Amino acid sequence: MTALPELHRQLDEMRPALLRFALLQLRNHTHAEDVVQETLLAVLEKPDNFSGKSSLRTYVIGILKFKIIDLLRLSGREIQLTDSEDSEQSEADLIDSLFRADGHTHQDANAWGSPHGTLEQKDFFRTLEICLEKLPAQTGRVFMMREWLELSTEEICKELDITTSNLWVLLYRARLRLRECLDLNWFGNLAK
Amino acid sequence: RFFYTCKQAHQMLSEGMDRQLSVAERAQLKLHLSMCRSCSNFSGQMRLLREAMKKMSKDGGAE
Repeated sequence: MTALPELHRQLDEMRPALLRFALLQLRNHTHAEDVVQETLLAVLEKPDNFSGKSSLRTYVIGILKFKIIDLLRLSGREIQLTDSEDSEQSEADLIDSLFRADGHTHQDANAWGSPHGTLEQKDFFRTLEICLEKLPAQTGRVFMMREWLELSTEEICKELDITTSNLWVLLYRARLRLRECLDLNWFGNLAK
Repeated sequence: RFFYTCKQAHQMLSEGMDRQLSVAERAQLKLHLSMCRSCSNFSGQMRLLREAMKKMSKDGGAE
């Protein structure tokens, strides 16, 4: 078990990252602050629960994810987000801009190389977070529910009261936007 | 139509991450990817994105 003052210090260090993750999912500062606070309290109230089998960071992020899922279930529709019609239009425009009228791409996709080297770099994840922040609110939330909270498509549809085909469209748009953003801000820079 | 366009292939690659594609869909996608390097690269990009999110989900990304 980590000594309490040391645990406090490590949690303090982790706090900004936890807040960023909560904000990426909840898109609301107050809710994000609340779940991070609850997470840190849960760890501090029962420090013996951390067995050391995983890293402290993995353990704390696991608790944060449960807290976020609890909040989403509790307040579900209350904190639902909607993207404006302008945003809807710009999403459709984005997809159209990538393809010619015959359905083929304007520009060939670049090879991003082996994931191994990329996923070892802290700066890559900072770039990914920035790209996630740029997603329209509803699109970003749905993508984070699927890929960060690792909820099933059925669970997400139930929580947000949307159809599966609507969900697939939102996830597709999110992935296209993230691909464009990473290609421009990470892989494009590496090629220079 | 038997041959997917790049637009259809992109969409099916994304949907394949969230649902089980049918045998016909998988076959058409495989055929398109075997002939289109750009979409094959896109497929690799989607895999990297998923792996990155898995890592972010587990420990927040690179230590």
